[in-house]
Amino acid sequence: MATTPAKRITVTIRPKAGLRDPEGNAILHALAALGWEDVENVHVGKTVTFDVGADTDDAARAEAEAMCRKILANPVIEDYEIVVGDTGS
Amino acid sequence: MTGLVAIPIIPGVNCEHDVAHAVRIAGGRSAFIHHTDRALPAETGAVYIPGGFAYGDYLRAGAIARFTPVVEAVARAAADGMPVLGVCNGFQVLCEAGLLPGALARNVGVRFLCQDVHVRLETAGTPASHRLKAGNVLRIPINHGEGCFTAPAEVLDLLETRNQILVRYCAADGTVDPADPVSNPNGSLRAIAGVTNPSGNVAGMMPHPERACEAILGSADGRPIVESLVHAAQSAPAPQSAGAGGR
Repeated sequence: MATTPAKRITVTIRPKAGLRDPEGNAILHALAALGWEDVENVHVGKTVTFDVGADTDDAARAEAEAMCRKILANPVIEDYEIVVGDTGS
Repeated sequence: MTGLVAIPIIPGVNCEHDVAHAVRIAGGRSAFIHHTDRALPAETGAVYIPGGFAYGDYLRAGAIARFTPVVEAVARAAADGMPVLGVCNGFQVLCEAGLLPGALARNVGVRFLCQDVHVRLETAGTPASHRLKAGNVLRIPINHGEGCFTAPAEVLDLLETRNQILVRYCAADGTVDPADPVSNPNGSLRAIAGVTNPSGNVAGMMPHPERACEAILGSADGRPIVESLVHAAQSAPAPQSAGAGGR
């Protein structure tokens, strides 16, 4: 689809640091009940992956940043992290 | 003529007929507005965004719905002072659209909650609450998985000082205790169940007043909220852009 070389973007969206994460907390307790008692900081998020036409990693990252601010993440309750890679194709 | 309550129908919404029925028994008229419509009918006097699962709640509840043409039309009308009430998913849409402060996070108990709750009216005199008095306790059902009202502490402080908190979860006697998982079952910060924008014309709440409008449904406590909005719609001035006849 993209005419310029494509970059593969992986956006990881997690509950904002400092906010309660009830889902992560439930998993933490499940792990502890199964014997993994040294585990902490369990968080559950979602991953959005896509390929975007961009010549450079920086251009691809800038696109992804704009998408995160506009729709992919809600800054009131979520943090996000963008990883730029090659599509491998 | 004004007075119409516009009910935007975004794909995945499922409370629109409950809302239309509640508006009817509250003495009002309503019309369903398709999600691709770029303008509200000229005779629109208020907007009631119903609950459901717009766009399957994909990404986040309300995240995709906020970009539909009808929601953008609602945002323009709201900026001109149009009374708008969003309930449940409608509240989530208004927060995502930036028309209301804060966000609705996953319920603290992680469970989807479908039950009656009590809420205490905090701010009377808004288009959605002028038939009530501050301190009134209402029994209204909730039905959501993401209803935990969340905002930074400084925003919560501002909401309190500017009287932007519409309703709070409470016990049957009106006692508010944010740490009590029985009366504040989704863990909302400061037990906030509904808020308004600074000018008060846009309101959102997680409980469903349209489902508590008749005694046969177990409670008619939500009816004054629907009546407030219907009355606000009927007393709204005709929009400048409206044609003479409407429809």
